Amino acid sequence: MKKGTASIAFKQQPCILGAASVVGSKEGEGPLGKLFDQIEQDDKFGKNTWEEAESELQKRAAQLAIQKAAVPKPAIRYLFAGDLLGQSIATSFGLLEMNIPLFGLYGACSTMGESLSLGSIVMSAGYADYVMCLTSSHFASAEKEFRFPLEYGNQRPASATWTVTGSGAVILGKEGGIAKISGITTGKIVDYGIRDSQNMGAAMAPAAADTIAQNLKDFQIKPCEYDKIITGDLGKVGKTAVIDLLREQGYDIEKQHMDCGLEIYNEQQQNAEAGGSGCGCAAVTLCSYVLRMVEEGKWKKVLFVPTGALLSKTSFNEGQTIPGIAHAVVIEGKNV
Amino acid sequence: MNTEQQKKIYQQYIKEVTPSHNIWMNMLKAFFVGGLICLIGQILMHWFLSMNMSKEEAGSWVSVCLIGASILLTSFHLFGSIAKFGGAGVLVPITGFANSVAAPAIEYKKEGQVFGIGVNIFTISGPVILYGIFSSWVLGILYYVLQMTGIMGGM
Amino acid sequence: MEYVIAFLVGGAICAVVQLLMDKTKLMPGRIMVLLVVTGAVLGSIGIYEPFTEWAGAGASVPLLGFGNVLWKGVKKGVETEGLLGLIKGGLSASSAGISAALIFGYLASIFSKPKMKK
Repeated sequence: MKKGTASIAFKQQPCILGAASVVGSKEGEGPLGKLFDQIEQDDKFGKNTWEEAESELQKRAAQLAIQKAAVPKPAIRYLFAGDLLGQSIATSFGLLEMNIPLFGLYGACSTMGESLSLGSIVMSAGYADYVMCLTSSHFASAEKEFRFPLEYGNQRPASATWTVTGSGAVILGKEGGIAKISGITTGKIVDYGIRDSQNMGAAMAPAAADTIAQNLKDFQIKPCEYDKIITGDLGKVGKTAVIDLLREQGYDIEKQHMDCGLEIYNEQQQNAEAGGSGCGCAAVTLCSYVLRMVEEGKWKKVLFVPTGALLSKTSFNEGQTIPGIAHAVVIEGKNV
Repeated sequence: MNTEQQKKIYQQYIKEVTPSHNIWMNMLKAFFVGGLICLIGQILMHWFLSMNMSKEEAGSWVSVCLIGASILLTSFHLFGSIAKFGGAGVLVPITGFANSVAAPAIEYKKEGQVFGIGVNIFTISGPVILYGIFSSWVLGILYYVLQMTGIMGGM
Repeated sequence: MEYVIAFLVGGAICAVVQLLMDKTKLMPGRIMVLLVVTGAVLGSIGIYEPFTEWAGAGASVPLLGFGNVLWKGVKKGVETEGLLGLIKGGLSASSAGISAALIFGYLASIFSKPKMKK
């Protein structure tokens, strides 16, 4: 059922049957370390290049999710997946052997929200019995794509975030499982003219605020209806900004707000400056921490809002601003 | 919805809430590390001069030694930590230039000898070489013209 | 004394550039270009050479000194070979540094593999 101008409330609510998270060593040492399904100590995941390593991440997350959801692989009708690399090569090479029809997505770090939204629409419309939504990022491949070679010596500003090495995969089905998706709000491209690529949280916060406000308007609810409002990778600066932006519009989300980027690393000990980022950041936090809390009934209803910065090296060099996007997914416990 | 005015206010707001590292501390570290590298350079300079070299020759040898040392540190994954601490202290001396040549060469090896290492070895250092040579050429033209017109002697 | 001056002057140049980097958020690549071009200009107006005489490695080791070397090469080229020297001078004078960086950089790519930062 359509809600407001940008949201859907599902009549047939897709269920989350299983979710898997695979991360690198640094994430494994972080505060969420015990919750991840697999922590790999080899930064290359037994592969030859960083890009292949990221593909391997996706492959392992996908296989684990299938196992955990106990769904026969041929029954999965569609994959919704994407990553940060040019032309989404981590997805293309990682999911090649899955042999499942694929919709390749690019939503920068908001990809997990985009894939869950599209997967839910297809499920709710009855065009599939099972779908899988997944995404990944790898610190080294992202540095190479967007910043500097690894051995290049530079100082990271205090507003810079650290790309999470990890992949999260979610399998949606018609019934059973650990949680359900009751609605979505699809984000617009929002640009407040931020140009500093070392301050992504500031660039994405207006998009997150826009989508969250839209969600509250479309469903005509107050922030307190959610036990948590979870943004993807805004980091320290973005967290402050999104709370302040929403306060200006009359919504106080300070109590409910949580940012995956600020949960995944230990700020004091792990040298991550303003927090974690990347497609994998929101994805692995969802698949480990968030879904566990929902499954255990500690959180009954959460708004999951991964945030993406839509820039490329070319647009940055050509002096363009950094537009942001955020997609919201309403996740509820099974016993609500 | 968002007008230019709102965007400006937001950008100003972001400037205020964005944290930064302690600038004075960073400058102190850069001073110390940069000074140390120059001190090593001076020691090398003396050593080469004591071998009866001309100043130009000795200067070139100092550069070669510092470049070699910097690339050695880069190869052993030590340069990054030093640069994280020293910032401009290692970037400004010739050591930063050397690191900017070696780092992409190491990173892009996987993309092949020609299109990997060959092309990317210049991604960061290329501009330095280009603009160094071009700007000194422009200055040279001025010098040449001034000499021809006799405004500046010097032959 | 020479050592003290080299340390203080070299350190001071680095500290000033650090301030510039932190304040302007210029990328390191731009900073390096800026330093080399500034060095060449300061050389051409006759400031940098006397400065190097006084500060030694404190002035010649920073990239400003690299710019000055380029300028000195062009100047010498113009004086000895005229127009051809104008073309050849810069690269000839800086050839040791550039070639060393390229050669050692290539060797590094043979022996070293990129490693994840922590």
